[in-house]
Amino acid sequence: MTGSALSGIMPHLPALQVVVPLLSAPICFLLRRGLVSWAFATVISWAAFATALLLLQAVLTDGTIRYEIGGWAAPWGIEYVIDATNAIVLVIVAGIGAVVMPYARRSVAAEVPANQHSLYYTAYLLCLAGLLGVSITGDAFNVFVFLEITSLSSYILISAGAGMDRRALTAAYNYLVLGTVGATFFVIGVGLLYMVTGTLNIIDLSARVPALQDNRTIHVAFAFIVVGMGLKLALFPLHTWLPNAYTYAPSTSTAFLAATATKVSVYVLMRFLFVVFAPTYGFMALTLNYVLLPLALIAMVAATIAAIYQYNLKRLLAFSSVAQLGYMVLGIAYGSVQGLTATLLHLFNHALMKGALFLAVGCIMLRVGDVTMLGVRGLGRQMPWTMAAFVVGGLSLIGVPLTVGFISKWYLVTAALSDGRWPIAAVILASSLLAVIYVWKVVEAAYFKEPPAGRVVREAPLSMLVPTWILVLANVGFGINAEFTVDVAQTAAMGLLGIVP
Amino acid sequence: MRHHLVLRVVSKLLIPFIILYGLYVQFHGDFSPGGGFQAGVIVAAAIILYALIFGTDRAKQVFKPRILMVMAPLGVMLFALTGYAALALGGNYLDYDWLAQNDTAGQHIGILTVEFGVFLTVVSVMALIFLAFAGRTHEIHDDDW
Repeated sequence: MTGSALSGIMPHLPALQVVVPLLSAPICFLLRRGLVSWAFATVISWAAFATALLLLQAVLTDGTIRYEIGGWAAPWGIEYVIDATNAIVLVIVAGIGAVVMPYARRSVAAEVPANQHSLYYTAYLLCLAGLLGVSITGDAFNVFVFLEITSLSSYILISAGAGMDRRALTAAYNYLVLGTVGATFFVIGVGLLYMVTGTLNIIDLSARVPALQDNRTIHVAFAFIVVGMGLKLALFPLHTWLPNAYTYAPSTSTAFLAATATKVSVYVLMRFLFVVFAPTYGFMALTLNYVLLPLALIAMVAATIAAIYQYNLKRLLAFSSVAQLGYMVLGIAYGSVQGLTATLLHLFNHALMKGALFLAVGCIMLRVGDVTMLGVRGLGRQMPWTMAAFVVGGLSLIGVPLTVGFISKWYLVTAALSDGRWPIAAVILASSLLAVIYVWKVVEAAYFKEPPAGRVVREAPLSMLVPTWILVLANVGFGINAEFTVDVAQTAAMGLLGIVP
Repeated sequence: MRHHLVLRVVSKLLIPFIILYGLYVQFHGDFSPGGGFQAGVIVAAAIILYALIFGTDRAKQVFKPRILMVMAPLGVMLFALTGYAALALGGNYLDYDWLAQNDTAGQHIGILTVEFGVFLTVVSVMALIFLAFAGRTHEIHDDDW
């Protein structure tokens, strides 16, 4: 019975992956009671995660899945296309959602005013649906539509922090302005592509655009899309919205968005760069080498140095995110199979480490109410589990062996060396060493300084510790046995570059 | 603007026709340009005109924000559930062909329901945004958010 029901649903999983969270958002809004909305959002997140895992499995065994929405055939209608690349992105997004939601109950209750809880979970579900939609769709304009759903709901998720700190409002507004510019640039680029090719379907575009590499309109479309997505993914000089947004948002929002939103933008950039434009020479190919590569290197070093000087832990991690996004763009700038493999690996691995770190910081926020260097003083003894989680996450961020961070950096360095670009490998190592400094600053404050006199702090509740530690253990687990993630990333990278294994 | 007799009388005359025209755009949307979004904006324009002339307080008595707040998500749900209905009847998501015995009838039913969902959401969201901004007091308190 269940077997036949599942086989009846299986062919429709691509649609259900998006429309289940999408339909549940208005239901969540109508539920109104914070706790009921939370339970509902949690169940939906788990369902989405299960769907994503089933889709990944189906893609790995049977290859690319295509689904026609509304029964309209592909170049005319909107289709969902799932290959190894976006299947892994779907798993990241839905997986982080499934882990963060059980955590959200206590954290959101403490940080968001009670009358906004069900609205908060509604925004979360919309954001989840949007992120999944961006990843799954095979239609360039549909990407924009879901990108807008994601952005609008993430502005809400960030501004929900206004109950604690009014600066969340300006942070969200700043993000709104820059995010809108990014999305507008993206849609202008898509419009120009449509003007030249007459199609919006990504597979269709990939058949037409590479032949037009000397077309000036295509160049302009390329520039708009790269800058637009650069804004969305917080590529170095366009990253200014990110530190404030992550700092003042409620902890749950920060953990969810930091682990998913920028990753999805990186994915969109990859999809357009290598599938749609697929540059082999000229202006677009040079952009990879002379624009993205230097920017990625600067991000890696400059943002890491900026992180060292931060006093607020969330801000510190936000700057570290900008640096880590530099690593991802670095892999993209290589443009090789090894480079893309490294980017996709880091996409997955960074979601695990930043998720774990921001969840640990959320635990500190709940118990201490202060996530500055002063607030974490002496927490090594007062909140041992939370701080241990932070330390393991931090080690992963640095790239210590046996953690996922090491795997990412190993593949990034290998990719650099295989092209004979050893100076780049040196920069990667240097920025990793700089990361030691900011992680150490926190460790020093937590373990070697005395707590402020008279402060009594309990360990965080289990409902928050367990999700944090699930991510921490995933950091170690996928760090020790990276065979699966490397395999998927390699398959995905070859798929993006159109190489048949 | 209660003291503007001309405005009051003219808008009282106009509002029913604006709404009627909105409904025309709505239900003729499957044959001619138009549909849920345009119709929703037109009807919302009637509500906003009413609020401009007779004040937001009276507009809120007629178009209760609490009801509008329920209508908005219901519209989205109507849209999504039409998609699910097609799914349950054996088609792809939002494939209207499966909603009735023959394809043309199915497309009609599908488009009209979906567009009605869009209409509900657009009307209520437009009206809510206007009422929220127009009804704002000068002093903003934290509880008002």
